Amino acid sequence: MFGTLFSSLDTNLFDEFRRLESEMDQVFGRSSVPAGIRAVRRGTFPPINVGSTPDRVDVYLFAAGLDPKSLELSIQQNLLSVSGQRKVEVNPAADYYRRERYDGEFRRVITLPDDVDPDRVDAKYRDGVLHITVPRREAAKPRQITVN
Amino acid sequence: MTAAAQAMAKREPADVAGAKAREDELTLAPPVDIFEDAHGIAVQAELPGVSKDRLNVQADRNSLLIEGDVAIDMPSGMEAVYADVQATRYRRSFVLSGELETERIEASLKDGLLTVRIPKRAEFRPRKIEVRVA
Repeated sequence: MFGTLFSSLDTNLFDEFRRLESEMDQVFGRSSVPAGIRAVRRGTFPPINVGSTPDRVDVYLFAAGLDPKSLELSIQQNLLSVSGQRKVEVNPAADYYRRERYDGEFRRVITLPDDVDPDRVDAKYRDGVLHITVPRREAAKPRQITVN
Repeated sequence: MTAAAQAMAKREPADVAGAKAREDELTLAPPVDIFEDAHGIAVQAELPGVSKDRLNVQADRNSLLIEGDVAIDMPSGMEAVYADVQATRYRRSFVLSGELETERIEASLKDGLLTVRIPKRAEFRPRKIEVRVA
């Protein structure tokens, strides 16, 4: 169960998923599948994972050392946008050998399925991961149909 | 025989197998900042999703290893729809140099950000040399 969020990409509910293909196109010089209009370059801060169940959609942003107060979340229909600022403290008296940590403002827009309920979004920040849950509408959940 | 091949040949077979297994495991290299001041060297590594009890920081005389496992809340039966992060283990190691006092290493973790401080031995801390006017 645990591995599923980190491995398979077997549905194409989200248009951002298509950016993987667009990268392949860059590598192989082909452009068979158009990239999602909101797709971003791989390696963009922060990395995002999205998982889905029949009840809800879970979005995880992997952003260590964030001030939760700097975060701004908004949702319009099925379009979730997260923006914020990650300030990396620089020690002026030190010599830097590596500076790989992202410093500055960021913004990511995630296209959710059409059946999410934008009025009941929940978000919490723990161990450097921002976890956003968006429930799906009742009507959209699969229902058991009894055959008489 | 190349130097690398010689080194491989010298190792015990079990050791080679162990190293191979570790290499095969999919791991993420956390982004780091490394800086040095008069007191020592500091490494700041990003390990989002790693709690204190799933973090492993090891240092011996000449190496520093940072390892951590990601554990996040997930509902059962979840399917991945999109994944930038495709592994649940971070791992990165560095070679240290002799002037660092690895017995006095300090590490702290806050909001997925790990800070490791390795002090320099006293005799290696820079001293201000006063220039006298002759």
